Amino acid sequence: MDFSVVTNNFGFLISQGLLGFGKFTGGTLRLAIPAIILGFILGIFIGLARLARSLWIRVPATAYVEFFRGVPLVMVIFWLWFIIPVLLKVPLPEYAVALTAFVIFEAAYLGEIIRAGIQSVPRGQVEAATAAGLTSVQTLCHVILPQALRNMIPALVTQFIVLFKDTSLASIIGYVDLTKAAQIVNNREIRPFELYLFIAAVYWLCTYGMSRYARYLEHRLRAGTQPIAIT
Amino acid sequence: MNYQFNWSVLWTGQTGQWLLQGISTTLEISVLAWLLAGFLGILSGAVRTARVRLLFALGTLYVEFFRNVPLLVWMFFWYFAVPPLLPSPVQDWLFAHGAEFWAAMLALGVYHGARFSEVIRSGIQSIPKTQVEAALSTGLTVTQSYRFIIIPIALRILIPPITNESLNLLKNSSVALTISVAELTFQTRQIETYTAKAFEALTAGTVLYLALCLSISAFMAMLENRCAIPGMIARANPAEH
Repeated sequence: MDFSVVTNNFGFLISQGLLGFGKFTGGTLRLAIPAIILGFILGIFIGLARLARSLWIRVPATAYVEFFRGVPLVMVIFWLWFIIPVLLKVPLPEYAVALTAFVIFEAAYLGEIIRAGIQSVPRGQVEAATAAGLTSVQTLCHVILPQALRNMIPALVTQFIVLFKDTSLASIIGYVDLTKAAQIVNNREIRPFELYLFIAAVYWLCTYGMSRYARYLEHRLRAGTQPIAIT
Repeated sequence: MNYQFNWSVLWTGQTGQWLLQGISTTLEISVLAWLLAGFLGILSGAVRTARVRLLFALGTLYVEFFRNVPLLVWMFFWYFAVPPLLPSPVQDWLFAHGAEFWAAMLALGVYHGARFSEVIRSGIQSIPKTQVEAALSTGLTVTQSYRFIIIPIALRILIPPITNESLNLLKNSSVALTISVAELTFQTRQIETYTAKAFEALTAGTVLYLALCLSISAFMAMLENRCAIPGMIARANPAEH
């Protein structure tokens, strides 16, 4: 075992693979962070649409969720990778394909979490807000969503971690993320054990950090709600 | 858009056979990995509810390490990094007997075992202590209260999250295409490569995955309803998993 292969290629692995600065389009974080933010925003709309009264909104949203939860992510990536060039007659860059695939795929999962979170807010809260004269948009933004978000933090962070790990699949279409960067180095150096163990450790540090932060956040937010819960 | 649809590419020549082989490989790898994951999950989940500190630490180490690293990395690890460490006769044997299949199976099983473990642990912990106490106070022995009260309830509580995780395992088996296991996604790609009919090939793969997943989840929902104890387990939130 010889970890000098890691120290020699440390710059490439971290700056190109993890962060995305370098000759290739790549970067795990450059893909994961926008995908988490955009997926979350789309997920809110999906979650709300699943609870809409109108059938015309609820049924398509349900179909969307059931569809994307029934197919593997790799399949969704291939759909975009092969079909969009045929439809639009222009090849899309790997980054756009990967980002779109992650956002639409993860929004289905996040939508379910957000729906469950919204349903966990007691009905009386909505009635109280309406009685206080808030409009329905105000009720949503100031009463329901803040409470719902707090309830769903654990599930949400778990899903963000899943998304972060899933970004490794972007390497299949040639996006140079951390996994692909390790593959590139390995093709030259043939040191799979050291390299894959190293990137496993990098992924682990990121995801473990995320879950620790979530635990801290959950704790702090719960502390903030104690007096309200008592009264 | 002037794309020429030609659905017959899905059954002319070898493609139909490829799809069938793909489904059978996907199911084979998923079932084997599921058994391994179930074994590891039950073992480490149970160990993590026990009070022995060493066992608890080992279980936690296993779960936290394997769960937090992408499956793709584990695939590469088991396929590229582990075999060179083995003695060469074992290596030769492995590569003559579909090493990629076993590496993928191991990667899936060990990774999902860590995820099963979390599901099982929270299932066990969700049974209130008072259940055991009530069982004991009615005169059942410890074995009897496990046999008639705790395990039947725990299994019912575990059906929805286990179904969900099992479907995740099935879908994640598609990642095995990266180490060229000829499962369903791999075969879909192969059809695309040979016929240049991306739309048809991907539709076939997608429909097959959907059919597999939806039928399994429908079956499990039926099982759950059939086994439900009336008035016993109120699922607080049917959508939560």
